[in-house]
Amino acid sequence: MSIPLIQARQLHRYYADTHAVNDVNIELQQGEILGLLGPNGAGKSSCMQMICGVLAPSSGEILINGIDLLDQPHKAKQQIGYLPDKPPLYPELTVDEYLNYAVRLRRVDKKNLKDFRELAKHRCGLQSHGGRLIANLSKGYQQRVGIAQAIIHQPDIIILDEPTVGLDPIQIHEIRKLVTQLGEHHGVILSTHILPEVQAVCNRVQMIHQGRSVFNQSIDELQKNNPVKIHLQHSVKPEQLLQLKGIEHIESLSDNQFLLHGEELQSTLADISQHCVNNNWGLLEISLQQNSLEQMFLQLTTSEQAS
Amino acid sequence: MIFQIALRELRSLFLSPLAWVILAILQVLLAWKFLGFIELFFSLQADLVNIKNAPGVTDLIVAPLFDFSKILLLIISPLITMRLLSEENQNGSLKLLLSSPVSMSEIVLGKYLGALLFFIIVILVISLMPLSLLFATQLDMGKFASGMLGQLLNVSAFIALGLYMSSLSKQPVTAAAATFGLLILFWIINLAGTSGNNENSFFNYLSMTHHSTQMLRGIVYSADIIYFLLFNLAFILLSIRQLDAQRLQH
Repeated sequence: MSIPLIQARQLHRYYADTHAVNDVNIELQQGEILGLLGPNGAGKSSCMQMICGVLAPSSGEILINGIDLLDQPHKAKQQIGYLPDKPPLYPELTVDEYLNYAVRLRRVDKKNLKDFRELAKHRCGLQSHGGRLIANLSKGYQQRVGIAQAIIHQPDIIILDEPTVGLDPIQIHEIRKLVTQLGEHHGVILSTHILPEVQAVCNRVQMIHQGRSVFNQSIDELQKNNPVKIHLQHSVKPEQLLQLKGIEHIESLSDNQFLLHGEELQSTLADISQHCVNNNWGLLEISLQQNSLEQMFLQLTTSEQAS
Repeated sequence: MIFQIALRELRSLFLSPLAWVILAILQVLLAWKFLGFIELFFSLQADLVNIKNAPGVTDLIVAPLFDFSKILLLIISPLITMRLLSEENQNGSLKLLLSSPVSMSEIVLGKYLGALLFFIIVILVISLMPLSLLFATQLDMGKFASGMLGQLLNVSAFIALGLYMSSLSKQPVTAAAATFGLLILFWIINLAGTSGNNENSFFNYLSMTHHSTQMLRGIVYSADIIYFLLFNLAFILLSIRQLDAQRLQH
């Protein structure tokens, strides 16, 4: 197996007396898009900043492509592109000037400077904005410039801290598309507190709550257990549904609406609908629910608070 | 890499009105003073002829002009240095530098050099005024060069101190106020020393005035040069340390 792009082990970080990051492990493989989820102040940004070398961990080890970030910061940082929660822009520069500066800071070979810049602009849809002052760009375009500086040196690892905050729906869609594209050739870590975003773009999700990693699973595995919602015309006793194959328990939303829980129910959707039709229950709606992540999130974050 | 950071700094300075306003104000004030010195020279000229080893144009016009400009430079330098690190810290652009393969020393030296380049331009522009006298008379170029060196060393010390203050605070204005206060302190610290009438006091040794006055008048002591180099080095190292410490603890 190839070396993971990022291996962060047992990260701890204290801010004065606050234990902001507590024993978090993060691993990222080539071609993977990892979503870091967590409520505000959970420690997502701190984790990302530590991986980028902006913040020094109180203890723990970070390997970037097998290179220790603390021992060889230059070599390790060259392989990282980072977009902080607030894009690190110089408003008085034009987009081109800014990107030129960013690419030089990453010690890119001189003869590639222009090609790299143009490619990054192209990928972020900034081709016609090269001469514009960053201060005069809208928030969405400033965000794009921020992403462009993170990918301009074509790093193996791209770390984006809440890249879609404050953008309009079209821009959000475009940025998600861009992240998906980037994920094909690079490893991407993305932090957000928008749950559908994780489901839309990530392969794997890791939840952080109160500084601890509380959940780490691939999206496919997560969706295996998505519940099925059925809406019937007639009221039915829940027990009658239990006869169906693969259903472990049933949640009644009303007399004629139910959530069916079980493993890999999406493959049995046809059987379930057949069963309803056979019994003349008047099937009005059957759908695979996508909200399991949200439930998981609420469960994990609220249960810990209670304890 | 240091040079890239310095150039960006210089470019940003000249893209803001601040640099131009400062250059303009300096020119107006210095030109006024310059005319004053020339007039004084003309009124004294008749008497000077009768004195043996009389002070020349350089002593009567260039040296006082440099003396005056060093005060102006002291006043404006906090305005330039205040933003160096605190502004980047405040608007988050420091994270670009920190996540790039650039060391803390390179960041600090780049910033220092950027500000220094700006002040070199300022000093060169200032020097044009006395140099214009060459059309009419002769200048003592040795004294002139010594004065330029004095200005440069003075300004470099202002920048080093300002840079350190800027690394300490996220608010540029706080950094400016602190720089200004400390610069004045280093300026007047020898007043305590001289009132006691002992030339070699400790306070005299710390004072910037003490180390720059002679140089601006044309006498270069190596001790004075070393003082300024040490002053610069100390505050640059402190800035690097501070930037490193910021990453470690909050």
